[in-house]
Amino acid sequence: MGDIFTTISTFLIGLLTGLGVDPLLAHIIVAFLGAFLIANFVLLILIVNIWLERKVIGRMQDRIGPNRVGPWGIFQTIADLTKLVSKEIIIPSGADLVPFMAAPIVAVASVILVWAVMPLAKTAIGTDLNIGVLYMVAVSSLGIMSILLAGWSSNNKYALLGAFRAVAMLVSYEVPMILTLMVPVLLSGSMQMGKIVSDQQIWYGFSMPVAALIFYIALTAEIGRSPFDLLEAESEIVAGYHIEYSGFAFAIFYAAEWAHAFTVSALMAALFFGGWQGPFAETIPTLGIVYFMGKTFLIYFMSMWLRATLPRVRIDHTMSFCWKFLIPMSLILITLVVLVDKLAALAIGESYLDTTTMLAMTPRSLALLAVNLVTGAFAVWWIGVMGRRERERLAALEIKHVVIETSAAGQQAK
Amino acid sequence: MSEWTFVALLAVISVALPAVPIVAGRLLGPRKPNKEKNATYECGVETVGDTWVQFKVQYYVFALVFLVFDIEVIFLYPWAVAYNQLTLFGVFAGIVFIVTLAEALVYAWRKGALEWV
Repeated sequence: MGDIFTTISTFLIGLLTGLGVDPLLAHIIVAFLGAFLIANFVLLILIVNIWLERKVIGRMQDRIGPNRVGPWGIFQTIADLTKLVSKEIIIPSGADLVPFMAAPIVAVASVILVWAVMPLAKTAIGTDLNIGVLYMVAVSSLGIMSILLAGWSSNNKYALLGAFRAVAMLVSYEVPMILTLMVPVLLSGSMQMGKIVSDQQIWYGFSMPVAALIFYIALTAEIGRSPFDLLEAESEIVAGYHIEYSGFAFAIFYAAEWAHAFTVSALMAALFFGGWQGPFAETIPTLGIVYFMGKTFLIYFMSMWLRATLPRVRIDHTMSFCWKFLIPMSLILITLVVLVDKLAALAIGESYLDTTTMLAMTPRSLALLAVNLVTGAFAVWWIGVMGRRERERLAALEIKHVVIETSAAGQQAK
Repeated sequence: MSEWTFVALLAVISVALPAVPIVAGRLLGPRKPNKEKNATYECGVETVGDTWVQFKVQYYVFALVFLVFDIEVIFLYPWAVAYNQLTLFGVFAGIVFIVTLAEALVYAWRKGALEWV
């Protein structure tokens, strides 16, 4: 019972070849079953996620979430989706039909395709591509394209403007994401997701906290969640790029957004928090997926917590935060990490790169942690300086305003 | 069976899975188009002016700067993969590359390419 993944797949392949199926075809059939299982899992887990989020955010806002439909409201999401299925998909007049229908499908496809390289356990990964990380970045950029497809084909100038804004923001936050994504690749010396996870005897989140933080902020912006959720700011631009979508097409966009949030938490867990690593996960692979899901849900809870707490960030603040703070910080971080790590490696010798046990990885982790803390302190100081400069600029504008006001009021009083 | 077979299978499934309910919805769901329902939404009033508004060039500039950095990172990934076997000279070569592109960022910053309209 220790390794259900290998057990099940060898059993199925044995069954099929026993029935006289060509072995290659048997492998492809089992791979197809695995792919079907993963795609369905990603879409069905969001029934749990949406309910969880509504309950958790409700409690954080001192109210009970949905609790009517089923015990503790667990069937609420199913009721919502059933309602959406029964509504008409209104095609606005003048809309371009092919991109209009393709946009939600591309959005969901780009999320599900990421799970092909997600390491679920020591022996369970869809396919351990040797360019896993690069594939993941490429595929999640398809989702950005779906936004432009939706905005353009809706024949609605507000959808178009919303789509432009959304794409500009998402494309900007790709850069700190891929820069800090380079950090696990650097430390493991490979782009294979399986190798990155199995190298983490000490989690990269502990040895590189600033990189993990920048990655998490960039990911939160990429999925368009609070505090960066102006992509679909209901109160401001009335749902932005998916104004004209109704019925099940809208449900697919909704599902894609939630599935993306879950996928991104899973990515964070895999790359920076050890994925399936945990006590006895090496010998009992089934435990690996339990640890992985547990870590994913913890990070997802952090995401919900941020959403309930923080207000929305303005678009120009969002962009300047990315280009003028996150990207310079990521570049400085990578330069310093690379320099210090190589100098330490040359000083200490062969044992520096050993990743077999936690103790062997400690010198490297401590060196990286030191660099991160120095960079973090510098970042905090810098953002303090920038903030103070901005406040002084705004205060100077106000003083001019007040002086004019008082002199005008003084003249009137006379 | 190459390693990309799984990706191909998952691609087919991930396109078919959402497409099936949409097609089912179109076939089984209500379909009563009328002029008011299909009209473009503009906060409740009749639309004014052309739909395809003029594209602000600032969006294009952001995409251009993103492109520069994206290509930079793609060139940096092989360097990162080989990092553990590099000598100090190799590390300095990479750092020179990063610094050149950081200089490009500073240039774009000072020229006002990173301002939001």
